[in-house]
Amino acid sequence: MSLNHLTFTEPWSHKGEDLRQGYVADRNFVPASSSAAAVSYNHDVASDPRTHTTSPIVTGTSVIGLKYKDGVMLAADNLASYGSMARFRDIERILKVGDHTIIGIGGDISDLQYIENLLNQLTISERDAADGHILGPEQIYEYLSRVMYNRRSKMNPLWNAIVVAGINPVTRRIVTPAMTPSLEQKNRQGAFLGFVDLLGTTYSAPVIATGMGSAMAIPLLRKATDNDAWKTLEADDARKVLDECMKVLFYRDARSLNKFTVAKVASTTDESGASTGIAVTFEKDQSVATQWAFAEKQYGYK
Amino acid sequence: MDHSLGIDWKALKKGEVSMGTTIAAVKYDGGVLLAADSRTTTGAYIANRVTDKLTQIYDNIWCCRSGSAADTQAVADILHYYLQMYEAQNGAPPTVRVAANLAAEMCYSNKDNLSAGLIVAGWDAKSGGEVYSIPLGGSIHKQDIAIGGSGSTYIYGYVDTNFRKDMTREEAIDFLKHAIALAMERDGSSGGVIRMAAIDGKSIDRYFFADADIPAAWNAPASAT
Repeated sequence: MSLNHLTFTEPWSHKGEDLRQGYVADRNFVPASSSAAAVSYNHDVASDPRTHTTSPIVTGTSVIGLKYKDGVMLAADNLASYGSMARFRDIERILKVGDHTIIGIGGDISDLQYIENLLNQLTISERDAADGHILGPEQIYEYLSRVMYNRRSKMNPLWNAIVVAGINPVTRRIVTPAMTPSLEQKNRQGAFLGFVDLLGTTYSAPVIATGMGSAMAIPLLRKATDNDAWKTLEADDARKVLDECMKVLFYRDARSLNKFTVAKVASTTDESGASTGIAVTFEKDQSVATQWAFAEKQYGYK
Repeated sequence: MDHSLGIDWKALKKGEVSMGTTIAAVKYDGGVLLAADSRTTTGAYIANRVTDKLTQIYDNIWCCRSGSAADTQAVADILHYYLQMYEAQNGAPPTVRVAANLAAEMCYSNKDNLSAGLIVAGWDAKSGGEVYSIPLGGSIHKQDIAIGGSGSTYIYGYVDTNFRKDMTREEAIDFLKHAIALAMERDGSSGGVIRMAAIDGKSIDRYFFADADIPAAWNAPASAT
């Protein structure tokens, strides 16, 4: 897979890139005999396997997120692109799953809707089970990573990059003296932020960004959260960082829109500082101020 | 059909910078008006968000550039050189028709190696304002209104319905501003600011529209600028 900014959302647009004729519908697929001599120029397209699912059609761009003092915050714009066309401009790409988790999804929109459906069904099944357990972000994360990995293993991926965020709900925690520090850490209640993609790759970090955000937003997000700085980062400051990232992405991502949703899962406290629960909030129709007037003085290309 | 390795040689090479673009030029009562967006992309990365795609190739002859940034800059530079030689050798400045045909000649003979869509427009004493479209193959088309670039596909309907001959300069500015704005709204490869240049034989006036000065379509998402 060549490292081109379009690989994730427009894998079919690599005109002239490879010298192979024949079955090249899937950019990641390498035929068993890859020597040019073995390739036939007159293969019957109709008998090739269908590979529609390995080419995203309607796509969403970056999702960015960070942990802060009170919880986690995600941002994703409202655009669904059809190749280079800005086709649908009112798409909500951040989903609320239960009362403790939000997930932001980039990539194919039809797969996004499929995942939305899966998670709704999951929520219903869990409610049905009524066993006292609540689905928190870590469980949603694990569930999605299994779904994504299994689909990729069947060569039929859900073409998405997903950010799972939330605060783990308080349930019975069993801590033994013999527990290793990492296990104990996992058991601690707290904010969670994780990433899953079409390959089933997973990782967790205080900042996550998908798509072009992984190159352009991560440095800005890290500057604000590195060295545990996120633990003392106030909500307003976290929001400022997200806005700055969305501004940069709007400037430099040709598949972005200056209309986005900021969602957060935060632990709320009363005046005395006592915890009063976890709240999921969505701020829709957000936008950032952009600078263009300076360009009036610039002209020509020399 | 040519099966030579099945490669589309004319496509942008990997990493090549493209002006996705929306460009337009219209003949109005007294002169011509050129307009363009300001986005240059490498794939989905915006390499330049404030590009100037309106290039002067002679005193009163300008062109709108779309396609490969490198190719169109090269053609424009060489065209500028040819026109300077023309004046030196013929004792009179070139007409828009001469400039456009020279550009078409370059684009046609080098069609295998170029990815350039130009609109050449200007004013000369002999014919007044003229607009010539030179699409990818190197053909030349004299028109009263020309639109080009990837974003132009979104505004053929708007332009066909709203164009009128012999508009005033103000009407032409309003018309192209709305047209380019609509294209920028939908085309991912177009965006930024709107630049214009009006040429009427008396003066050349550049225009610049950004932020709130760019009209929003009625169902565009509301956003603070």
